[in-house]
Amino acid sequence: MEPIIIDGTPKTPTIRFDSREGIFEIKGRSIPENSVEFYKPLNEWLDGYMQGPLDKTVVNIRLEYFNTSSSKCILDVFKRLEAIHRSKHDVEINWFYEEDDEDMLEAGEDYDSIIKVPFKMVEIVE
Amino acid sequence: MSFDLENLVSDLDTRGAMVYFKGNVDSEVINQVLDSVEGNLLTNHEHPRVRKKVYNVLVESLQNLYHHADRVPAGYRAARPDRYGLVVLEKTPGGSYRITTCNFVSTARVKELEQKITKINNSTALEIKELYKDILNHQEITEKGLGGLGLIDMARKTSNRLEFVFKKYDERNSAFRLSAIISGV
Repeated sequence: MEPIIIDGTPKTPTIRFDSREGIFEIKGRSIPENSVEFYKPLNEWLDGYMQGPLDKTVVNIRLEYFNTSSSKCILDVFKRLEAIHRSKHDVEINWFYEEDDEDMLEAGEDYDSIIKVPFKMVEIVE
Repeated sequence: MSFDLENLVSDLDTRGAMVYFKGNVDSEVINQVLDSVEGNLLTNHEHPRVRKKVYNVLVESLQNLYHHADRVPAGYRAARPDRYGLVVLEKTPGGSYRITTCNFVSTARVKELEQKITKINNSTALEIKELYKDILNHQEITEKGLGGLGLIDMARKTSNRLEFVFKKYDERNSAFRLSAIISGV
């Protein structure tokens, strides 16, 4: 399965989901007016990956900002990862946040409490 | 004098505002406002925690207008009738930031909106957090990705009550002002 790579813009994040290495990354800003349109291809790609995931998938989320419409779409991504985890494959989510960004930490904690996948909060110290 | 959305912000000191915009809030306007405000906050060496909160709440405020502003009433002077709104971002003498948006809403929606904001304002921080998570996890998403989280997110990030005013324009249309206040460090 080919990786999915989407370059970032001022309003949408960089996406690098590499199915050969099992390393997925969402990085940057996710504040588009239409989040569903942006995340649709990513979730479709994940539907394919779910058919034959690697033994271990590491997911790095390094978001600077995200809007509330993206928050639902990101949850959809996590729900697919949860399904992979449920099918006895290792999934680890690393949620990065800057040291003074309590809102981003709380957002990660929200997802951690909803999604049954090992979640690690990683503080970025500048 | 005929009614203008500006009438709703006559009590604000808009001359020194960081943002004052009235017109059609399209994607390009949102980009320009966000760029300008971020640049300003960086130039002014605003504390990163405050800078991020202002940016986040401004995104939600602008996108609220983009998605939820109803068409302007017939006869109201506006270059375009859709997504018409007014945005003010000012720094108060006390060091807080106040983000105010004004737009038209159908009078039929007023009661529901009023109840929604009042419920948020009467909730504790913990209740708002739980409400946010509940809606995030259980409410169906619309085609545009809207899930009714914008107002709750604004209240959560600011930790302040949302200020609001409705003013009846005519039988069918009302003007709506919403302010979110981000406290300084």
